[in-house]
Parts: sequence; structure tokens; C-alpha cells
Amino acid sequence: MLGAGRRAPAGGWRTATVREVDRPTPRTVRLRLEVPDRLDHLAGQHYVVRLTAEDGYRAQRSYSLASSPGDPLVELLVERLDDGEVSSYLADVVEVGDELQVRGPIGGWFVWEGDAPALLVGGGTGVVPFVSMLRTAAELGRTELLRVAVSTRTRAELPYLAELEAAGAVVLTTREPSGIRPAGRLTAADLVPLWEPGQDVFVCGSTPFAESATRVLTGLGVPEPAIRVERFGPSGTSG
Amino acid sequence: MAGPTRGFLGRRRERDPRLPPGQYDAGTDWPVLTAEPTPRITPETWSITVDGRVEQPTTWSWDEAHALPRSEYRGDIHCVTTWSKFGTWFAGISVDSLLDVARPTAEAAYVMAGSKTGYTTNLPLADVTGGKAWIVWEYEGGPLPIEHGGPVRLLVPHLYFWKSAKWITRLTLMQRDQPGFWEQNGYHDRGDPWLEQRYQGD
Repeated sequence: MLGAGRRAPAGGWRTATVREVDRPTPRTVRLRLEVPDRLDHLAGQHYVVRLTAEDGYRAQRSYSLASSPGDPLVELLVERLDDGEVSSYLADVVEVGDELQVRGPIGGWFVWEGDAPALLVGGGTGVVPFVSMLRTAAELGRTELLRVAVSTRTRAELPYLAELEAAGAVVLTTREPSGIRPAGRLTAADLVPLWEPGQDVFVCGSTPFAESATRVLTGLGVPEPAIRVERFGPSGTSG
Repeated sequence: MAGPTRGFLGRRRERDPRLPPGQYDAGTDWPVLTAEPTPRITPETWSITVDGRVEQPTTWSWDEAHALPRSEYRGDIHCVTTWSKFGTWFAGISVDSLLDVARPTAEAAYVMAGSKTGYTTNLPLADVTGGKAWIVWEYEGGPLPIEHGGPVRLLVPHLYFWKSAKWITRLTLMQRDQPGFWEQNGYHDRGDPWLEQRYQGD
């Protein structure tokens, strides 16, 4: 059951300046932006990036933040989609010093407020909001509240791999064996050691991942009202 | 309004007139966007209730709803996450058919649509009357897929698609507007794609 919304901050349009650009994996780009007059976000919220062509044509997409509220810059992790009008621009064209129109933070449902135990279950680039939650927990000195399971095709394709593992995340691989198990999709056995009654559960990933992960969770006895889901589709949208 | 983004060309120069500002054509794709686990609802346990500011609060079972006059929508849908889908075909009943029975009172001005999952979304009453909104259980001639709100969802295609509540079970008529789920979370109270009313304050 979806509860009442939280009183989450919601910001207006700003002109951000790109301060750092790197490519953690072949298909992703990490952008760190300076956003003037920025409203602090909650871990799990997203920003909208709006691009405008010379003739006024505009395109905008939502991206989850990886940064914590205490980070002086806002960090987005963008997966480059083959036909991605916005993601290919962000991955291939953007340089340090460029200005981007952004709006945020947005969203008050898929947020972790830093005070409740939570299980985070991410697929692929669905880990991005969880990186924000882990960094926020570290800032607050509450890292014991979070348990993380991540599913990725291969370790090489997972952004934030080292950071996630350093924070204790269990990383499962679907296309290659890992040290802890053979290749395969997320199962109940993977989550049993992480799940505790009373946790909020956050699931983020592609629609097939989100469907399968929520089924595994409810099969384990996790009550549906405890589960929050954020999906992104082949169209490169999230939120 | 800020100027152009350096080096951004965009996907196409020919703008399809069916596309509201800031939207793109998703083609055959139909992304799934929900905030909660997909509920399993059987037709036998589904019902829809119209209550609140009405003369005759009424609940219809699956069979009773299906006995109302069939009504179809053929046209476009628009999601706030910027995809639009052209030429969809949904079938079910008109929301007018339900309101004709429940009879909104004179002060009814808004509707809160509610889902089995607890999802809510608010709409002006005028946006769901006069042949502008449907309760649908068919998509492209087959049962509405569960991930797209099946067995039954609300359809208000002239507004952003989060207003078209999946797994609809209730329409509560209200005198004053109240924010629903996404509306409490920063999204616009009306959500007209042609006015690009995405977020509060747009």
C-alpha cells in the first residue's frame, strides 16, 4: 500500500556547470555538476536534465543522483543508450565547463531519510540511488542501517563496483560466475541473509529486474507495503 | 529561458504535431513506471466504487461494470517522463457511465482516483466528464496487461499518464482539491502535457 507522500524538497530550474566527467564503465558516464543556489536533496531523489537545440527543440530526461546531500557537487550517473537522444549527448559531447539546465531535486517516494533500516536491491545502473543512500549513511554515521544486494551482468559493467563492495554490498553476476556463487539471477537465497523484518525495501532497476526482484522479496515474506520500486525502461526514463 | 545547450542537435528536426512539448515518440515501446509491487487482482475480487460528493454512492462488480455501455479510446498517450505513444486503442466504459448513476452533487469539483495498491491521483472533475475519461480493461483488442494496470485502469489520455491510475478501484468526488501520490511528491496537480505541467509550479 502506498502511504502518504513525504515532505521532500523540490527545486526549480538551475544552470549547472559541469565540473567533472568520467566514464566508470564503457556504457556509462559520470557527471559532477556545480548547481548554484541548490536545494539539498534526500538520498534517492532525482534531477531532470534539459537540453535545448539552436532552434529551440528541447529534450529532457530524469536521472537519479549518486551524490549525498553533503557533497558540494551533484553527481549523476548516465547509462548511454544506443538510441538515447539525451544519454548519448551526455556521454559523448559534454565536457568540463559546459552548462546544463537542470531541475531538482524531484520525487519524494523513493527516498531514504537516513533513520530507518533498509534493504536495497539494485540491478545494473539501478544502483545509482543506492550509492547516494550509502554515502548519506556514511555522512550520518549510520552505515549499519543499510544492507545492499546488487545484480549485474558482469562485474566490469557495474558502475561504483568498488564503492559498493567497500560498503558491504553483495554483488551477484548473471553472466559470469563470481567468487560467491555461479552465474544466475537474484534468488531468495541471495536475500535471506540480508532481509530483516522491519526494513524498508528499495528495488531499482529495469522493469524485468524490478518485477523479478519484487516477486523474490514477497516470496520471502517481505510485506508488499514495505517495498518501494523504481523502474527504468528501454526508453531511458526513470522516476 | 536559458539559451541552447552547446553541441546538442537533437534526434529529429521534423516535429510531429501530435507530440506535446518536451516529449518524444516511444514507437512500439510502452515503458512501465510504477512505484510499488505489481498487485495480482482477479476479476472476481475487483470492483469499482464511486463515492464522496455524490447523491448515490455506488459499487460495481466486474460483471456489473461490463454490463455498462462499451466505450473506446483511440489516440495518443503521454507520460511525464517524456515518452508519448501514438495511436493506442483502449476499451472499457466511459467514466460518465458511472457518474450518471452516482450523480455528483453540486459542490463536487475534484476527483481522487484510488488504486488497489493505495496509489492515488487527483483530477478536476471536468477532466473526467464529457467523454474525456474511461475505465478500461482492454488494450489493442486483448486484456489489459497487468504491468500496465490490468485488469482495470483509469484512462485520462489528455493528461500526463500518471493521472490514469493503474488497478483503479475507487473514484471519490471532492469539493476541494487534494494532492494524490505523485502530486504530494512534487508533480503537478493537473498535468496537461500541452502546457507541460510536469511539476508543481509549472
